[in-house]
Amino acid sequence: MHRIKKFLFKNGPLLATILIFFIVYAIGGQLYPAMRKPQVFFNLFINNASLLIISIGMTLVVIMKGIDLSVGAMIALTSVASAALLQQNFPPLLVILMMTLMGILFGLTMGAITHYLKVEAFVVTLMGQFFARGMAYVINRSSITITDDFYKFLALTKIHVPFFENAYVYITSLVAIVLLVVTFIILVFTRFGRTVYAIGNNEQSALLMGLPVARTKLIVYAFSGFCSALAGIVFSISLTSGFGGYALSMEMDAIASVVIGGTALTGGVGNVFGTLFGVLINGIIVTILQFNGTLTSWWTRIGVGILTLIFIGIQSLFYVRKKHT
Amino acid sequence: MAANNHEILRIENISKSFPGVQALQNVNFCLKKGEIHALVGENGAGKSTLIKVMTGVEKPDQGRMLYDGVEMKIKSPQHANNIGISTVYQEVNLCTNLSVAENILLGREPRQFGGKINWKAMNTRAKEIMLGLDVDIDVKAPLATFSTAIQQITAIARALEISSTKVLILDEPTSSLDVRESDLIFQCMRKLRETGVGIIFITHFINQIYEVSDRITVLRNGKLVGTYDTENLPTISLIQKMIGRSLAEYEDMEKAKQDPDKQQVLIETNNLGRSGTVQPTDLTLKTGEVVGMAGLLGSGRTGVAKLIFGVEEPDTGDIRVDNQPVDKHSPHESLLRGIALCPEDRKESGILGDLTIRENIILAMQARMGWFKYLNKKQQYEIAQKYIDMLNISTPSSDQLVKNLSGGNQQKVILARWLATHPKLLILDEPTRGIDVGTKAEIQKLVISLANEGMSCMFISSELEEVMRTSNRIVVMRDQEKVTELPGDTTEHNIMQAIAGAD
Ligand SMILES: Nc1ncnc2c1ncn2[C@@H]1O[C@H](COP(=O)(O)OP(=O)(O)OP(=O)(O)O)[C@@H](O)[C@H]1O
Ligand SMILES: [Mg+2]
Repeated sequence: MHRIKKFLFKNGPLLATILIFFIVYAIGGQLYPAMRKPQVFFNLFINNASLLIISIGMTLVVIMKGIDLSVGAMIALTSVASAALLQQNFPPLLVILMMTLMGILFGLTMGAITHYLKVEAFVVTLMGQFFARGMAYVINRSSITITDDFYKFLALTKIHVPFFENAYVYITSLVAIVLLVVTFIILVFTRFGRTVYAIGNNEQSALLMGLPVARTKLIVYAFSGFCSALAGIVFSISLTSGFGGYALSMEMDAIASVVIGGTALTGGVGNVFGTLFGVLINGIIVTILQFNGTLTSWWTRIGVGILTLIFIGIQSLFYVRKKHT
Repeated sequence: MAANNHEILRIENISKSFPGVQALQNVNFCLKKGEIHALVGENGAGKSTLIKVMTGVEKPDQGRMLYDGVEMKIKSPQHANNIGISTVYQEVNLCTNLSVAENILLGREPRQFGGKINWKAMNTRAKEIMLGLDVDIDVKAPLATFSTAIQQITAIARALEISSTKVLILDEPTSSLDVRESDLIFQCMRKLRETGVGIIFITHFINQIYEVSDRITVLRNGKLVGTYDTENLPTISLIQKMIGRSLAEYEDMEKAKQDPDKQQVLIETNNLGRSGTVQPTDLTLKTGEVVGMAGLLGSGRTGVAKLIFGVEEPDTGDIRVDNQPVDKHSPHESLLRGIALCPEDRKESGILGDLTIRENIILAMQARMGWFKYLNKKQQYEIAQKYIDMLNISTPSSDQLVKNLSGGNQQKVILARWLATHPKLLILDEPTRGIDVGTKAEIQKLVISLANEGMSCMFISSELEEVMRTSNRIVVMRDQEKVTELPGDTTEHNIMQAIAGAD
């Protein structure tokens, strides 16, 4: 009994997130019976694969008490750059490799600037955002269509979900889920992961404890860069095109998902599992609006906005309570 | 080099300055293998700075360092760790969101194939280590849920745990521990000394210096006074070397005079309690009286202070101040009523490191006056300067950021903040923690002279000597309960017995 209580207490924000997701889903199912089909659930993973990927990277950054505002713009840059390269008949695997390398280098650079030059991550990554978005338009002002066969194969190959008849996801959704699991293991079971939490709580302490602070910070930003490039590839695969105007302010959706998922902006707490549900909540609201068909999509923003505020409220309640016990 | 075989660490001609402060000036220091070397000096003498230079937190302006006979430049605390120097810094520097086990072992945790942390082994190992220090707690719980003392012990456990340690540095490790816990730490230190580890030990407790150390190095104002064998240096000359004058005022201190006719009851508590922290307690405090609170850590002393000041709400009993019942419990209300609490944990609940000394001192006073009666800059500087002089705060100016002060001087700033409110009742929770001997005596004198002017004071301290010297009455707490009240002229023996609960 006592242990159950402790578990509930420890995981309160996460459980609240999961609960809200199912409540919202149930409401949707009541209103629109078509939503009860399993495929609607799996569509969440199809439509939100890239959001999930950048949110995973963002989770690490936020646990470390940083922020990365460049991820949305990086998606756009990656999509345009890969579309342009494919147009020049570069082999698709090479393109993918180049894009992820670019993402890692980009994140690494931003991390190095924040750490060594002691510039706020907010400022550095905002500049990164301007740079990436700008570069995207420099490469091409308009949308480029991708005609590569391998990309088309990736975009169209359905993977059937076991135990559900006719239910499927795409390869890109699988990539996101694998990334999620791997990141979860890294955060809980590696020295690197625990160091991320330590830095988020108190960077000075982590340093004096003799932990590799500089290296960890650089890796985390590089990881976020990697995720944004990966998300950009997924994005260009599902739309089979690249465009500088893609994923506008998607970094904000990612931050909202991370916060709804129970990761505190004050650093040191959170996990990727919560982030998954943050993303799913975002997705389910969009789905309901699509089924409704008459409401404008801006209601998504309003819904997510309100939810995020509620969650920040829940979190601080929990942390205040924790302090006093 | 052959002659230096027994030396593990040698510092030559180290200097370090901060803007406006020469923290270290041409300091020489040497640590032998298998010795406990006490590093002493007044607040701001440069002890912690010397440590930080040795461990790569600060870069020295000049000078060199030999480690095991080889010249070495330490690049970072991580580097220091790797070559065998492990350190407990003055302020507890751990991560409160992580579990106790992680705080002890992170960075060298037991791992399985593929680098995966073996949580089970890690928790078991941490539990063992803590049990070895006689602490039986849930090591899986986050550090934030434990008291300062446990956090301190965790920090020490982390340093002790490194098996390849050749040099162990402890900067005021015992400042927030009681006698029993300190003894355990000393036992560990002696054991390590046997194995040839060189230990640097910083403390302001004179008796502890004599209890464990083999040699003593004294610093004053950033300069080396000298290194001495402990057995050849009597206490009197040690103190003289530390403060540069003899400590005459230490002896002739008289308690606050109490004039029974003028005394009124200032505060009265009736069955005041809160489940989990304090059992129902009756307590009275008269004007112009100093009441000491003795007891072990966790005996409920801080709990009583928090209830009276309104940090926590009581769930039984009531408080009367000036014969008026108190119905709203909050620190702000208490402040308006003339009660002030100088908290024990300066980092958690007091000091604002990024503000200047002046701003920190003015804060509570301004809150009491109301934010609309704004003190002008000139008044603020005057007040700040007054307390800087009164408490001997060593700083270039009152515009210095508090985080740049030495640990003991930060403590003085907090004290100044509450003194500046001119309270009717001042509750001091471990006010002299981390404060040097000279200033300790100054603070005790100050409390007594304020009491003579009519202020009441509740003096919580783990140092019995200090409680006895200042108090008119001594309340003893044990297991969250008030066990007895003793007159101010009682003996140390009586208090000890009451604390221990021997009949
Ligand atoms: N980062 C800093 N910036 C400016 N001044 C500093 C800084 N760190 C220390 N000082 C100053 O250097 C001097 C020595 O400080 P240090 O912390 O070494 O003293 P200490 O001997 O450890 O004192 P205590 O017993 O109070 O801990 C003090 O005057 C302090 O104000
Ligand atoms: Mg110090």
